[in-house]
Amino acid sequence: MRALLLIAAMVIAQPLLADSNLPPSYWSNRQLPDAREEAEAQALMEQIRCLVCQGQSIADSDAELAGDMRDLVRRRIAAGEKPSSIRAWLIDRYGTWISYKPTAEPAAWPLWLAPLGLLLVGVWLIRRRIRLKGG
Amino acid sequence: MSRAVRFAPLALLLLIVAALVWRLATPADTNVHSTLEGKPVPAFDLGEALPGKPALSSADLSTGQPHLLNIFASWCVPCVTEVKVLQTLKDKGARIEGIAVRDRPEDLADFLAVNGDPYERIGSDERSQVQISLGSSGVPESFVVDGKGVIRYQHIGAIEASDVPMILAKLEQAR
Repeated sequence: MRALLLIAAMVIAQPLLADSNLPPSYWSNRQLPDAREEAEAQALMEQIRCLVCQGQSIADSDAELAGDMRDLVRRRIAAGEKPSSIRAWLIDRYGTWISYKPTAEPAAWPLWLAPLGLLLVGVWLIRRRIRLKGG
Repeated sequence: MSRAVRFAPLALLLLIVAALVWRLATPADTNVHSTLEGKPVPAFDLGEALPGKPALSSADLSTGQPHLLNIFASWCVPCVTEVKVLQTLKDKGARIEGIAVRDRPEDLADFLAVNGDPYERIGSDERSQVQISLGSSGVPESFVVDGKGVIRYQHIGAIEASDVPMILAKLEQAR
């Protein structure tokens, strides 16, 4: 009987949620009335990394902090700020890590050069093939 | 095909496995560090978090004395143990200011009544906006701010009892 009660207690137990008791911020799950502004905000939010669910964008994430970041982005866009300036403001605080948009920093050069390198390897391989057949 | 070429895929596989094992053995640092260390605290002016407790603005952090700025919340589990360590720091002379993230006055009052209140001032950050402007990515997090209002050190996660001498040293350096 005691074992049964214990099992029942485990089934009923709720996981401890690390979330606040406040509702989501006003603009976190609400579109801006101006369609052009909302499109700008959406495009930026898809390129800003969530700090909690690292690997998701703030547009995708259900984390409260991501909601508050969407609220921040929409408010600033509605106030007339350019997306590039909001991105720069976030990078000033969290580093380039926060933005999914690839930069031209030296650390990213392999990323830009890899397709070119692979293309060259491909051409070299095909040339060998063609020569073998021709020969 | 020469012997070297034939074994190349196997060598490559071993290399990849070795890299994976190395990453598993020494996990990468997943903390997001604020890039504001060495820079002034961004200007902010938060409202009071609960009646009777002074509110917090960035001006309160450049009074000529070093401060420990603690970002916390009543709904944050590690904050419960951290706030007791903060009390120890206060007893040793630290000035501690709080930013309560997404908190309600009644919850905060309960939290402080049960766990103690080491804070001189508490600002209420209802939409996490000041937290984001500080480059902070969660609760609890703390910043050592020098007398001129410049951030000298960011502590990610709860301050443990074993961190007390280190934090006191950072505050002393920030004098």
